[in-house]
Amino acid sequence: MGLTGLFLISFLIVHVGVNACIFVNDGGETFNTAARFMSHNWILRIMEIGLFAGLILHIVQGFMLWKNNSSARPVDYNIKKANKNSKWYSRSMGLLGTLLLFFLIIHVSKFFVSTKIALYANGGINDASHNLYLEMKEEFQTWWVVLIYIAGVVSLFWHLLHGFQSAFQTLGINHKRYTPIIKAIGVGYTIIVCILFALMPISFYLGWIQ
Amino acid sequence: MEHYNMNLTLKVWKQKNSTAKGNFETYQVKDISSEMSFLEMFDVLNEQLITDGKDPIAFDHDCREGICGACSMYIDGRAHGPWSKNTTCQLHMRAFKDGDTIVVEPWRAAAFPVIKDLMVDRDAFDRIIQAGGYISVNTGNAVDANSLPIDKKDADTSFDAASCIGCGACVAACKNSSAMLFVSAKVSQLALLPQGEPEREARVLNMVAQMDKEGFGNCTNTYACEAECPKGISVTNIARMNREFLKAGLSTEQ
Repeated sequence: MGLTGLFLISFLIVHVGVNACIFVNDGGETFNTAARFMSHNWILRIMEIGLFAGLILHIVQGFMLWKNNSSARPVDYNIKKANKNSKWYSRSMGLLGTLLLFFLIIHVSKFFVSTKIALYANGGINDASHNLYLEMKEEFQTWWVVLIYIAGVVSLFWHLLHGFQSAFQTLGINHKRYTPIIKAIGVGYTIIVCILFALMPISFYLGWIQ
Repeated sequence: MEHYNMNLTLKVWKQKNSTAKGNFETYQVKDISSEMSFLEMFDVLNEQLITDGKDPIAFDHDCREGICGACSMYIDGRAHGPWSKNTTCQLHMRAFKDGDTIVVEPWRAAAFPVIKDLMVDRDAFDRIIQAGGYISVNTGNAVDANSLPIDKKDADTSFDAASCIGCGACVAACKNSSAMLFVSAKVSQLALLPQGEPEREARVLNMVAQMDKEGFGNCTNTYACEAECPKGISVTNIARMNREFLKAGLSTEQ
């Protein structure tokens, strides 16, 4: 869980970095160049397979963890005051992860599949006509699409807030000096990544970028 | 703090044996002193039940000074009640007010089956200790004191881990019924000392294997265990055990 989680965390840096090119506000020129590089470079295309493998492994591990743990307490307590001893989002990783999975299905079918179709429809060479930037702009004119994306980012926020520091604990890293630094980086990473992701649909919808 | 008496309503889990289906029974207790411990309040109630010819409530207790770890009660939604770093015998009735309703349940975990009422079977912990929570020493005369140099910091950290009383509050409080805090404390206290070195790798592998076999859940780092531990055992022990487990798994050929 920890290893695959950290792998996906590292992917999100690349994802948010490439997408942040839309904020250059040059009609999508920078973004489209970056997106085209990401989908054409053969090293990245091999890494993409690794990314999906990592994601699937993370989901399978999470499901097995949930299944295992749900049988460890056959009779539950009548009264639980769990808020007195732990954070709600640390106890809700399965729920948040499931919400993220639903979001990812929508997300991948919206943008990833269209990119691949454009890429392979022309024999894998020429997809110059495919304008991902324009596609994003059009998608985010619908209010409920924007709402789904914001809900996805909110789930991601709580999932990362626990997941980042938790991954290090799982791997056996808990140090008097370094753990507070890791926790601070985790909070900073979570806030920055989630704000950037949330700003993308909002900016298109409100016309902040053209 | 000023002394006062109180009348309370208790909702207590009653279960005849491990296979019977249990249910909550409601009891009224009167004139409970704020200076009594929670267990003394149960003594008063049981005396009254015995006088009335009713079945008294079964609960575990031994030292009544907070070091044996026997008094496993889940009180008002928390292991060992509302106070932190506390056992049930050290919970005093001044934690409650006149007219309160208190709900008392046994530890809930597949690995801790209920024996009767509030008593649970914690043999699973003993079997985990048997799997590796020991060291090998030569028989004969005792070794001279201080003949083995041990870093002061390691000795202190080991002692902190060794203060675990095996009460099971970590399992009871964990949403996954995970025993990681207990097992990691027992692994840590020996892994930090030279005496624990010979069995170091086998210990962590065997104890973790036994823990899984007993049917405890897995750790998801909510840290509820640390918050509810009467001895304040730190989750850094869990990280240490994860480290020991990874190292041992990679280097032994067991």
